[in-house]
Amino acid sequence: MFKSLSAQNSKTLLILLLLVVLTLVCGALEPRFLSRDSLGAVLKYAGLFGVIALGVSFVILTGGIDLSIGSWVGLSAVLYPVLLKQGLGVGEAALVIAGASVLVGLLHGFLVTKLNLQAFLVTLCGLFIYRGLARVAGGGREQILPADQEWLRDLLVLGRPLGGLPVPAVFLLMLALAAVAAVFLNLTVTGRHLLATGRNEQAARFCGIGTTRLRVLSFVICSLLAGLAGVLFLLDGRSALGSSFGNSYELWAIAGAVLGGCSLRGGQCAVAGVVLGSVMVAEVRQAVFFVAGDEWKEFVIGVFILAGVIADEGFSRWMAARRVRA
Amino acid sequence: MQALAEVGAEFRAGEVVAVMGENGAGKSTLMKALAGVHPPDAGEIRWEGRPVRIGSVAQAEALGIAFIHQELNLCGNLTVAGNVFLGREPRRGGFWLDRKTMRRRALELLERVGLKVEPETLVEELSIGQRQMVEIARALAREARLVIMDEPTSSLTTTETARLFDVVRELKGRGLGVVFISHRLGEVQAVADRVVVLKDGRNSGSLEKGEITAGRMVQLMVGRDLDPAGRRPVEVAAGEVRLAVEGLRTRAWPLQQVSFEVRAGEIVGMAGLVGAGRTEVARVVAGVDRALSGTVRVDGVALRGGQVAEAVKAGVALAPEDRKEQGIFLELPVRENIALPGWGLGRGQRLGFVRAAEGRAEAERLRDLLAIRTTDVEKAAGLLSGGNQQKVVLAKWLALGPKVFVLDEPTRGVDVGAKAEIYRVIAELAAGGAAVLMISSDLEEVLRLSDRVLVMHEGRLAGEVGRAALSEAAVMALATGVDRACP
Repeated sequence: MFKSLSAQNSKTLLILLLLVVLTLVCGALEPRFLSRDSLGAVLKYAGLFGVIALGVSFVILTGGIDLSIGSWVGLSAVLYPVLLKQGLGVGEAALVIAGASVLVGLLHGFLVTKLNLQAFLVTLCGLFIYRGLARVAGGGREQILPADQEWLRDLLVLGRPLGGLPVPAVFLLMLALAAVAAVFLNLTVTGRHLLATGRNEQAARFCGIGTTRLRVLSFVICSLLAGLAGVLFLLDGRSALGSSFGNSYELWAIAGAVLGGCSLRGGQCAVAGVVLGSVMVAEVRQAVFFVAGDEWKEFVIGVFILAGVIADEGFSRWMAARRVRA
Repeated sequence: MQALAEVGAEFRAGEVVAVMGENGAGKSTLMKALAGVHPPDAGEIRWEGRPVRIGSVAQAEALGIAFIHQELNLCGNLTVAGNVFLGREPRRGGFWLDRKTMRRRALELLERVGLKVEPETLVEELSIGQRQMVEIARALAREARLVIMDEPTSSLTTTETARLFDVVRELKGRGLGVVFISHRLGEVQAVADRVVVLKDGRNSGSLEKGEITAGRMVQLMVGRDLDPAGRRPVEVAAGEVRLAVEGLRTRAWPLQQVSFEVRAGEIVGMAGLVGAGRTEVARVVAGVDRALSGTVRVDGVALRGGQVAEAVKAGVALAPEDRKEQGIFLELPVRENIALPGWGLGRGQRLGFVRAAEGRAEAERLRDLLAIRTTDVEKAAGLLSGGNQQKVVLAKWLALGPKVFVLDEPTRGVDVGAKAEIYRVIAELAAGGAAVLMISSDLEEVLRLSDRVLVMHEGRLAGEVGRAALSEAAVMALATGVDRACP
């Protein structure tokens, strides 16, 4: 019933074990899965989707949800080349996107906490609104990454800073963000307050913790990371069409967070778990591509997550039973 | 937890029986056993001479027992007739709703309970008193022969109460049995043929029609007088006023004002029945809720109100009523539970980073001080017993050295051993110069610890009982409003 820290840790270990087994099974089914190129692709997707999974896990931690991530990724990806065309520098464009992301996060937080609207509805509306804005901003045309941005593409996404190892830069970037998130959540007062708010909002309020501010903060973090991910996805893909770029990415992000042990009831999220969950989602995508063909990926990921959720329920009961015996 | 030790009672047709007792005496539990809400663990229920097993509400209804909850169980978005016949609507051809029959029978039933509304009125448009009548009509529609009402008058006006009692007498005249739970002595005198009094989950006595007086009822509810030796010895003379509450109006009782003071070194008990407005006062003092009007001063400084952080900073601590929901993080370690409120005030952290080692030392110190039974303060608080969880709640505030400590039901669900330790901590807190306001429904503990007792009744301070005059009877008389006129 009560997940002590050690329970959360053993869960993360279990996820790690599952990841290793999954990798070996995929490798056995299809030897090409373990090739350098294939593993590099897996880690690239894990990095890209991991960024938004980390973001959404903050919202999930405080008992909320953000369905607008995919649309915000699309808007940010379209906006970046558009802003460059307007003559803005890389830094300026990034600042504009970051600023807009913060504003949108504040808006979500305000609507959810002050107007007491449901996060599901607020961000569902966001999903449509930002998708619409992305189409308008792109003028119905595909927005292309200018050729002079290749250095940034190498630096942030595709480069392999670890020499011979097939680890793309974007995966390391995601790991760095995860490390910051882990330090924030585990070692800082604000992070612990955020976690406490997720565990028991009423008790947090009775302690004098400003739970409203923290829930707003979680939406801001989520939108900010979605904005960043939009640029990263664009750098990877080189072009973005406002009507479709980033479609349903929020669901892949939520999938990663859930596979990593986040409970949609709030209060439970381990950063390490979210990283592992994102890698798992990327592995399944890749393995399905090899074994069954790309068209099967949604089907398989759905079944995979369902199995994971059922296993998690069983694990929780097992932990509870073990505690009773102890 | 065991709510009822052992109880026996008998209810007859054509009789109105009042079941009385203090908060937690087991009245509601007994009634819920009869109505099939919570079947009893042991014992026998005989219905018309035959032993029966009532395992569900449906079984109780089939026998003819109807239970009317304190918080009425009506669907506000349905019509009066829809509620009266909910689940047993008259049908035509086994499928179609027979609206005509429904309306006709609803009108008959509404007539019987004296409710003059159209059966097509939506229930959400009715007053509480009218809804009560709809509940009774529903019981009649189910051909109930025993109607149980849990504090039916708690939110009725005087006229509505008088009306309800007319209907109760009418039911009695038609040979139904009526059982009602009440705290209000005057009402019981007005309508009951017999009174059954419970105390601590046992029968404390029963009174026949001629014997029903306020004095006898209070005596039976209270049972015994307190052993003066168990009381807290007076050690320190009360000091300066630490907590001053003036003209406080809360949302629950917007027409009443509450004013009182608590001095340094003083333990002031706050007694009253559930729903008398005590918790609302505590929540406002602690900044959880905003008052409609009035001021709260700590050491002479008025709080802006409505902000827990501000109250905490001023030195106010609240051990809330609902420990699991409001007081503790079950999944977090004991150490973190204790350290949490301090971080916001700059304790146990540096530059926004938690200093876990410091928190650990502090948690271990408080664990030893309060005798919290856990070897490891990194264990999840949810693994501790209720009493030890409550000690963790006290510990987290003790760490801050509060000036004003508000305790709302500090020993609810706490075992006897932990109770004694919590009493010791409360006494030490006061001795250390804190002003303690202790809300409790446990009269024994109120009398044991308090220097004086404020008694609330229906949102106002009904009176104050000083140490010399302190007795359960004096407190109960004020809490039940004996002195007030009754319908």
